[in-house]
Amino acid sequence: MYAYDELDRTLINERVSEFRDQVKRRLSGELTEDEFKMLRLQNGVYLQLHAYMFRVAIPYGTLSSKQLRRLAYIARRYDRGYGHFTTRQNIQFNWIKLAELPDALAELAEVGIHAMQTSGNNMRNVTSDQWAGVAPGEVEDPRIWSEILRQHTTLHPEFSFLPRKFKIAITASEHDRAAIKIHDIGLRLHKNADGETGFEVLVGGGLGRTPFIAKTIKPFVAGRDILSYVEAILRVYNQYGRRDNIYKARIKILVHELGIEKFAREVDEEWRQMGHSALTLDHSVIEEVRSRFSYPAYEKLPHMPDELKQAAHDPLFERWRKNSVAPHKVQGYSIVTLSLKPVGGPPGDATADQMDAIADLADKYSFGEIRVGHEQNLALPHVAKRDLPQLWKALDRLGLATPNVNLVTDIIACPGLDYCSLANARSIPIAQELTRRFANHDTADMIGRLHINISGCINACGHHHVGHIGILGVEKNGEEFYQITIGGRADENAQMGALIGPAVPYAEVADVIEDIVEAYLALRDRPEELFVDTVKRLGVEPFKERVYATR
Amino acid sequence: MTSPLEQKKIRITGPSVVTANRTWDGAVVYRTAQQGWSTALSDAAIVSTSDDARALLAESAADDVGAVGAYIAPVELNGGLVKPGNLREHIRSKGLTIDLLPA
Repeated sequence: MYAYDELDRTLINERVSEFRDQVKRRLSGELTEDEFKMLRLQNGVYLQLHAYMFRVAIPYGTLSSKQLRRLAYIARRYDRGYGHFTTRQNIQFNWIKLAELPDALAELAEVGIHAMQTSGNNMRNVTSDQWAGVAPGEVEDPRIWSEILRQHTTLHPEFSFLPRKFKIAITASEHDRAAIKIHDIGLRLHKNADGETGFEVLVGGGLGRTPFIAKTIKPFVAGRDILSYVEAILRVYNQYGRRDNIYKARIKILVHELGIEKFAREVDEEWRQMGHSALTLDHSVIEEVRSRFSYPAYEKLPHMPDELKQAAHDPLFERWRKNSVAPHKVQGYSIVTLSLKPVGGPPGDATADQMDAIADLADKYSFGEIRVGHEQNLALPHVAKRDLPQLWKALDRLGLATPNVNLVTDIIACPGLDYCSLANARSIPIAQELTRRFANHDTADMIGRLHINISGCINACGHHHVGHIGILGVEKNGEEFYQITIGGRADENAQMGALIGPAVPYAEVADVIEDIVEAYLALRDRPEELFVDTVKRLGVEPFKERVYATR
Repeated sequence: MTSPLEQKKIRITGPSVVTANRTWDGAVVYRTAQQGWSTALSDAAIVSTSDDARALLAESAADDVGAVGAYIAPVELNGGLVKPGNLREHIRSKGLTIDLLPA
């Protein structure tokens, strides 16, 4: 966990007071909506179909049990008793009243939570691997660098009015769980040939209307220089980024139009002029931030405790363990993913009661810590293996032990037309129907790793471009239609999916996905070949043939 | 607020209402013939010509304190009943189409 200091607490509280005054002036008519809109967006407040939506930041996906209990309280007191975890380590409340928002923000501030960097044309919540600090083989905890970037960019005037929003993600593992290649800047911590820790810097990734995979702009930037190098990128973007056309304003367009080589030269020249001085990180600064992260006092535990050996006789427990429990860097401990994708449920939603119960389980089994992943699931990062059987029983009672992590029903979906004012089509009911179609866990296991991503519009909050199967809602003559792509992925081998053919109507989407999965099962050359690898080997044609032959 | 230039471009092809979100809580509201706002679609002022639609929108948008983001939305009239004219407006009027709890 990261402990905020007095400066952080003061900043958050001052921000609440400022927003309270702004809301008061808006409600009295002193501020028009045009004047107020940017102010509310800078505090995470959107206006959606039915109500205001309030987006709260969960920096690098780390929450304490105390913070999660407060989120549960906010859901219960100010909303309708649930929240929605997003694809960028935020939580959204869908029914909040503008008049009550300052009070909600003040109550969140008491536990060090805020809504800064969740909206507007500024630096957004810097995300990271949800297993940061506990994943085996990690170079080091990437959250330290996320926090340094968060501190530097929060309310930074140069980054508060960028041409468009700006997203950074950091990973420190070989396997990318933070989707860094679809971010404006992706940072991969690694060691160079001399054993020095630094970053591969990628730039210009993003989804939406014009999707691009990020390109490497520099293979290695030393840790002490990362702040100045990121700032050099942002300065070039700030200077040359398109402000005349919202659809061309993201840095990915600038990188694409200039070309990565020319863009890199511009950044290097800016970096050279900056002189590496003021923003060069002293070792003491890095260590100060590092020291504010606390880690559990792990016990010395056996690799295979008796409790686990006994529980292994229960096939239901074993199914869950194999699916939802991952190795930990400390012997005797595990990382446990809590699926927020129950069959028939809205992906990523958690009720206030579930949040409270998870906080209690975190206190009992995970040193009071919870993680939030971009796949819209939660994790308990420090669970002793001996406690896994008891934890599983508790999670099962709460509906949080669906053994479907990374399987066909672990669907990522945006809120879609049920909530979102930008959406053209619904996402959640498509996801719900698909989870019912593939509800049989034996079938899902047999299919293997398969990520379905659904977006209700081209803005791609459901990351459909990089789903193994991507589903994009579009509107045709007032009706909901869906384009299907296959072969996308968001990991270290990230790539965009390919369209398989004409869009299909709402009522046919689940049938089409079933056809695609059946085609895969018939086409894969062995049970271990993943869906995405079969598509890579054979291309889209055999799938297209299967889907459209009878339509 | 819809700009005057955009308002001039507005053309409607059937019965329409003006809808927005109430400022203090964001609730879906409809402009009434009494120059107020109501959460009931049945209370909405119905317009059938583009000129009337533009006038109703201009009047609604001027009430920036009462409601936010006013726009014209199609409706269907059926035996004296007013129904939303498309899926988006159906969802705004009737609420979510989904089950919130697993089923």
